[in-house]
Amino acid sequence: MPEENINSKKEFQPAIAAFVCTWCTYTGADLAGTSRLKYEPNVRIMRLPCTGRIDYNLIVKALEKGADGVLVSGCHPNDCHYNAGNFHARRRFTIFRELLNFVGIDLRRVQFSWVSAAEGAKWADLINKFTSEIKELGPFTEYKKLSGVSFPIEEFDFSEETVEASEK
Amino acid sequence: MSTLNQIVKELLQSGKVSSAIGYAEGTIPGKVQTIIAKTPEQAEKFIFNSFCVNNLVTYLTRGFKLTGEKPVAVVVKGCDARSIIALIQENQLTREQVYIIGVACNGVKDKDGNEAVKCRACQSHTPAVYDTLVGEPVEEKPVNPAEAFKDVEKLESMSVSERWEFWNKEFEKCIRCYACRQACPLCYCERCVVDKTTPQWIDSSAHPVGNLSWHITRAFHLAGRCTGCGECERACHQNIPLGLLNKKMSKEIFKNFGYRAGKDMNAKPPLTEFKIEDKEEFIR
Repeated sequence: MPEENINSKKEFQPAIAAFVCTWCTYTGADLAGTSRLKYEPNVRIMRLPCTGRIDYNLIVKALEKGADGVLVSGCHPNDCHYNAGNFHARRRFTIFRELLNFVGIDLRRVQFSWVSAAEGAKWADLINKFTSEIKELGPFTEYKKLSGVSFPIEEFDFSEETVEASEK
Repeated sequence: MSTLNQIVKELLQSGKVSSAIGYAEGTIPGKVQTIIAKTPEQAEKFIFNSFCVNNLVTYLTRGFKLTGEKPVAVVVKGCDARSIIALIQENQLTREQVYIIGVACNGVKDKDGNEAVKCRACQSHTPAVYDTLVGEPVEEKPVNPAEAFKDVEKLESMSVSERWEFWNKEFEKCIRCYACRQACPLCYCERCVVDKTTPQWIDSSAHPVGNLSWHITRAFHLAGRCTGCGECERACHQNIPLGLLNKKMSKEIFKNFGYRAGKDMNAKPPLTEFKIEDKEEFIR
């Protein structure tokens, strides 16, 4: 069995939702792609015009729908395509992350970054780091239990014997 | 100094205001009702005592006709006056549309007859803004600032998973009646996001996942806007400690932006603007 198979049942594969801005981070991610940089495939990228458009609701919805980690990424300060969207997002996120923390959501699962259009390598690096952090934290079972996203992680037997037996 | 009844009678008789909103005796002892008086004869029904915990400013944003030529008079305590200032900040009212009858307050009681939580650390026994004041201005006794956020700090000292347990246990009780939303003077949106169905952002059934989302929404939409009148928590008949969420937000807003809602009529709410030098330690 190939070691790198994403469908390998041996390791927990997180679902990471990334809300990125079109002009910087998405372009940066595109650059990572055209440069053929390899990075973890667990991230699902959602493109928005600007981080300033991001409603806190999107983050909560992503967690409701089964995301184990959420990443919000946009242009560096002063580089926003719409001048000030990222500044607004930064302010909102400063307060929103405190609310999430207060309500009992681990902030290591919800992260914010600046990635510019030229930082393809930074994007790949960021995703790799974030994915490994989430893998260590494990699936967001608390939220999944709440929203009934059916993913019986606890009952799933990841041991080699069971996996091999099921594949015969 | 005129009494409350004299002031209201004069205002209505002279035609200075179109109507006056105030407190009246309730149907049972320890309860008060709202009275919206349009004639001078009704002025004698106005009262003010330690049971007058309601925030009457909520009436000003609930389809009340403020567009007429004459202002509306409203009886406010110190905490209620902040709501008026906050509404003026957000262009929901102009100062001229309201005739503020301030009352000097010595604290009010909650539904169990104990001193209301919001009164413990109160520094605004006299309203900050008024057109006329009933009673003598109250001298503020110094209050230990730690007192004000004691209950928030208790929660902050718990671990993340303990907080998760705590809040989800509380939110299990929520039946999504939205009394908290209706009682809040700053929840004046004609169409609330939670009622939107195409697409549906917040699950509408009284189920843990939607309840969590709703309370996060309410807390965040009031961040930097809540003036701490405590109506939401008072209105909740499931006894969910809603005030804790709003207080936490006020604490963070003050810590990060040095802003308090309902203090300065000309101040811009912090989440409507930004500064280039805003903190960003958490950004990767």
